[in-house]
Amino acid sequence: MSLVEVTDLTVEFGALRAVDGLSFRLAEGAALGLVGESGSGKSTVASALLGLHRGTGAAVGGSVRVAGTDVQAASDEELRRLRGGRAAMVFQDPLSSLDPYYAIGDQIAEVYRVHTRVSRRTARARAVQVLDRVGIPDPVRRSRSRPHEFSGGMRQRALIAMALACEPDLLIADEPTTALDVTVQAQILDLLHALREDTGMGLLLVTHDVGVAAESVDEVLVMRHGRLVEHGPVEAVLAAPAQPYTRELLGAVPRVEARRAVGHGSPGQDAGGSQPDGPRPAAEPSGEVVLEARGLRREFGRGKRAFAAVDGVSLTVHRGETLGVVGESGSGKTTLGRMLVGLLEPTAGEVRYEGRVSSGVNPTVQMVFQDPVSSLNPRRSVGESIADPLRARVRGVRGKDEARIRGRVTELLERVGLEAAHYDRYPHEFSGGQRPRVGIARALAADPRVIVCDEPVSALDVTTQAQVVALLGELQRELGLALVFVAHDLAVVRQVSDRVAVMRRGRVVEEGPADEVYESPRDPYTRQLLAAVPALDPAVAARRRAERRQPALA
Amino acid sequence: MSEAVTKAAAEAVIAAQAPGTDPASVPGASGARQFWRRLRAQRAALVAAVVVALLVLVALAAPLLTALEGQDPTTYHPSLIDSARGGVPVGPLGGIGGDHWLGVEPQTGRDLFARLVHGARVSLGVALAATIIQIAIGVTLGIAAALGSRWVDQLLSRITDIFVALPLMIMSLALLAIVPAGFPRPVLVTLVIGLLSWGNIAKVVRAQTLTLKGLDHVSAARLSGWGTWRIARRELLPGLAAPVITYAALLVPQNITVEAALSFLGVGVKPPTPSWGQMLTAADVWYQAAPQYLLLPAGALFVTVLALTVLGDGVRTALDPRAASRLRVGTGRRREHRADTAGEKETSS
Amino acid sequence: MSGFGGFGGFVLRRGIGTILTLFAISVIVYVVFYVTPGDVAQITCGPRCSPAQVHQVAQQLRLDEPLYVRYWHFVEGLVAGQDYSTGTSVEHCPAPCLGLSYQSDQQVTRLILTKLPVSLSLVLGAMVVWLILGVGTGVLSAWRRGRLTERVLTAVTLAGTATPVFVIGLILMIVVCGELELLPFPQYVNLTDDPEQWAWNLLLPWLSLALIEAASFARLTRSSMLETLAEDHIRTFRAYGVGERSIIGRHALRGAFAPVIALNANNFGSAVGGAVLTETLFGLPGIGQELVHAVNVVDLPVVVGMVLVIGFFVVLANAVADVLYAVADRRVVLA
Repeated sequence: MSLVEVTDLTVEFGALRAVDGLSFRLAEGAALGLVGESGSGKSTVASALLGLHRGTGAAVGGSVRVAGTDVQAASDEELRRLRGGRAAMVFQDPLSSLDPYYAIGDQIAEVYRVHTRVSRRTARARAVQVLDRVGIPDPVRRSRSRPHEFSGGMRQRALIAMALACEPDLLIADEPTTALDVTVQAQILDLLHALREDTGMGLLLVTHDVGVAAESVDEVLVMRHGRLVEHGPVEAVLAAPAQPYTRELLGAVPRVEARRAVGHGSPGQDAGGSQPDGPRPAAEPSGEVVLEARGLRREFGRGKRAFAAVDGVSLTVHRGETLGVVGESGSGKTTLGRMLVGLLEPTAGEVRYEGRVSSGVNPTVQMVFQDPVSSLNPRRSVGESIADPLRARVRGVRGKDEARIRGRVTELLERVGLEAAHYDRYPHEFSGGQRPRVGIARALAADPRVIVCDEPVSALDVTTQAQVVALLGELQRELGLALVFVAHDLAVVRQVSDRVAVMRRGRVVEEGPADEVYESPRDPYTRQLLAAVPALDPAVAARRRAERRQPALA
Repeated sequence: MSEAVTKAAAEAVIAAQAPGTDPASVPGASGARQFWRRLRAQRAALVAAVVVALLVLVALAAPLLTALEGQDPTTYHPSLIDSARGGVPVGPLGGIGGDHWLGVEPQTGRDLFARLVHGARVSLGVALAATIIQIAIGVTLGIAAALGSRWVDQLLSRITDIFVALPLMIMSLALLAIVPAGFPRPVLVTLVIGLLSWGNIAKVVRAQTLTLKGLDHVSAARLSGWGTWRIARRELLPGLAAPVITYAALLVPQNITVEAALSFLGVGVKPPTPSWGQMLTAADVWYQAAPQYLLLPAGALFVTVLALTVLGDGVRTALDPRAASRLRVGTGRRREHRADTAGEKETSS
Repeated sequence: MSGFGGFGGFVLRRGIGTILTLFAISVIVYVVFYVTPGDVAQITCGPRCSPAQVHQVAQQLRLDEPLYVRYWHFVEGLVAGQDYSTGTSVEHCPAPCLGLSYQSDQQVTRLILTKLPVSLSLVLGAMVVWLILGVGTGVLSAWRRGRLTERVLTAVTLAGTATPVFVIGLILMIVVCGELELLPFPQYVNLTDDPEQWAWNLLLPWLSLALIEAASFARLTRSSMLETLAEDHIRTFRAYGVGERSIIGRHALRGAFAPVIALNANNFGSAVGGAVLTETLFGLPGIGQELVHAVNVVDLPVVVGMVLVIGFFVVLANAVADVLYAVADRRVVLA
């Protein structure tokens, strides 16, 4: 009998059909990846497996059987026994998924006691045991800590420990590594793999990241708009996708091993796993230096709590080139970006623009922000926001200028792939894929020489991501812009950058031409980062995992 | 770091009274029109708004109404008082009749209807004027603290803390004692309430301004080359409107209660000027002979404060539908809301 | 872990802040009250004083000296005590000396000490009532959310917030003591004399003072529990089969702790104001009633002393609440 059997599942939230006639099975001990972009309904499916839609007003149709329980027909009591007992779920954000007020060990013990009716003491002992199993050092002491005292990766381990407590047959992991840095992500995926080998439990992994799925599962199920697109063994689907959507999805995924396409072409489109032909000529800095950072340092906090987010960073950005700045969370890359555009004053060091020391903001150095929602004033029309830099230049706008400004904004909107009619719309009326374009149009309105992009695509789906990256490349070529591309995603950075700087704890540990840094990294940290990037090829993933395990044993 | 706690505490308190508005969640397209639409959708708030409008109308038209009745609030009518029975009004039900629609006051024989409607004038006038003073001080100091240098912020925040800690009733009581009798009392009460109790609103404004200041769209506006003043006007002030209006809606009923309490204690508005609180002072002695003498001002206070509170809740809901719908549980809305959040979860995954 | 050291430091800093706030309040109060328009000596002494007496008061208040010297003298009295000459004899006023009421011919500190037990009984007792009643109602509304119980409770608490202390007090007194004669009109009995009578007599004052506060606590508890119930970690525990009782009673209620503490601190000041009304209404011989009396006869030393003592308690309550808040939500200290 199958561990999971979903037949013709439909979930509706009012008029919205989130899941539409989905069927699949999962054998005992097998691992299935549910892959899809936002809005595909994948998380809704995961919740339906535990009957979490019950009592929420969502209409669930079809049948769901998990570990022998008919979720649709089960009584509340039966459902409670299934949840956590036979099938346990790990959530995306480990900080908000744990109660901030209780010790981790107590929370695990509470869950354990729901299912076993043992004494408090035994339950605590079990909590320590599972915490030890997931690799938390000094588990007795750490079991008394509360979630905020743990790092992100440790929290996710603790959540996995909670899932293990009752030895479930099925582990449902809903985007378990999305909130984590790439090196921590690799550790968590390795842990899940090891646990599966040890306990033989089944795994249902929900993820938007094809690489994560390739690392961890035997089968993938690609979803789109609540429907099944393609389902098959992971090697087959990734190597030879049968459906156009799967091909499009895979084509859009940036690959860390692929060189940047020649002539700054639209990278995502032709990067279907193939190597670009021929070496790129523009690796060495060509144009004059537009933007330069010298010994930049920025401290936050005062007294004993002061720490340097950026600590002695020197960089140069040349005309027409892209400098990629890559680093994990807390590396200081965003602080650096804000200092480069003058939004933050450096504690020490200086920013030079075209050879002169500059302080404060300068309209010719612009920024594209990470969150397209918060970077647009919700109370002003998009056209007005874009027109800001134009109006700032022409003090005392007259009727004639007004028409010119409107014309220029329209031009910009069309240039970034929007329409003139969008001028009078408000930010909330735009789709997720359109908003970053608005942000780019506004940055362009100031006629900048340099644009600093702070994680411009990290909130986007891969297909949208590829389009935005392509747009930036086009604009750069056309306008001779210098770009500073700040991001955590190594593959995306490689796609767009001529040169790359790798940051760690406020310092640049390695800098050089992109291909050099990616192909023959000198710094051990860069090597560690590159080894942690999930591979799209399951065979490569397995080999990398083995490699990662080696130093751990040594 | 004590600041962290006081701030957290203030935020919790504010959250309890007026759930903070999420600056990013207020869609701006014709904000005012949406606000009215959402306000109109709430039946209780609508009823409350009508009641408040009526009360304001009565307060404004008080001289007209009393003229219609043919009475005024200060004339004594000794002939309507039975001094043999200790000052009880002559006639049934405390002297209700065609001349005195709601009867007369025991002891003095002053017309109750006239005192009640003129009392509304005092009550609403003092509360509104005090609220305007509170908002003016609170908004100014809150913005100054949030945008000023670290020292300005420290200084203003400490001063604000002191004013938050001062017990309003006690300080007003004491201050009202030392001001010479010649000063017009309603103005005095207004000033005392307004000048003492602006601490919480200053905290709300400071916190909200800091939040707004950190938003990317403010950074983007800075990058476009505009000056500080223009950015403050265009990007910050509109974001402050919602929390300030919400808080003002809470302050008005609070101020009405404080004025009534001070007058009840005999240090607020003094006779012969009528005030609801003052009318209640002596009422307990007369409740059997003239129950309306107690029930009318008590009822007027209750209805006014209740209507203003309900209207305030409605305004909050209309300004911040998201925060409000999280806290409201009605079947239909809940389903709708769950669908929304589920949809959001999917988009963010 | 460095958490405790940080916590100790936090308490210390908060303590210093409290002392500074008290100092600032005492300066403000002193200056405001002794720089009033009019003849301070005449006002302080009272309307029936002879010119000689007024002159003596002026000397004792050192009105010929600059204000900061007078304030310093006042602080000296608070810390070390002071001697006053009342006509013929010299009277010693031990620390903390808040001065002398010339109108009632009493030491202010002594006057306050005789009134303090009444006010403390009233406020602390009422606090217990409003916390139990308010939080209980809030939990019940959150537990029965979406049902009739919640709607009724919401309506009742809304009405509660709209009823001023003196209105509810008046009505309670008239109905319970007057019409139904369930209780005698309250008359204060010392706790040490007869605890049972003490409680019976304070029952109505407690209720009058507590009902309006309880309403806002009920609203707060309900809303913060509902907010917690919408959070991710509640979903985790539901997904692990934890029952509704534990989710409400253990996880959702825990989230309401810190806000309740914060609100209690915030509302303490207004509750003290409410206590003044309650004491006046029920004729309880507490600080509030005395303050109203002193205000009406313009007995400045008593007014200043009372305001300072009440301010002291309110600021102290705020400081205690801050520390409790930090204990309830340790993340605050670490943040």
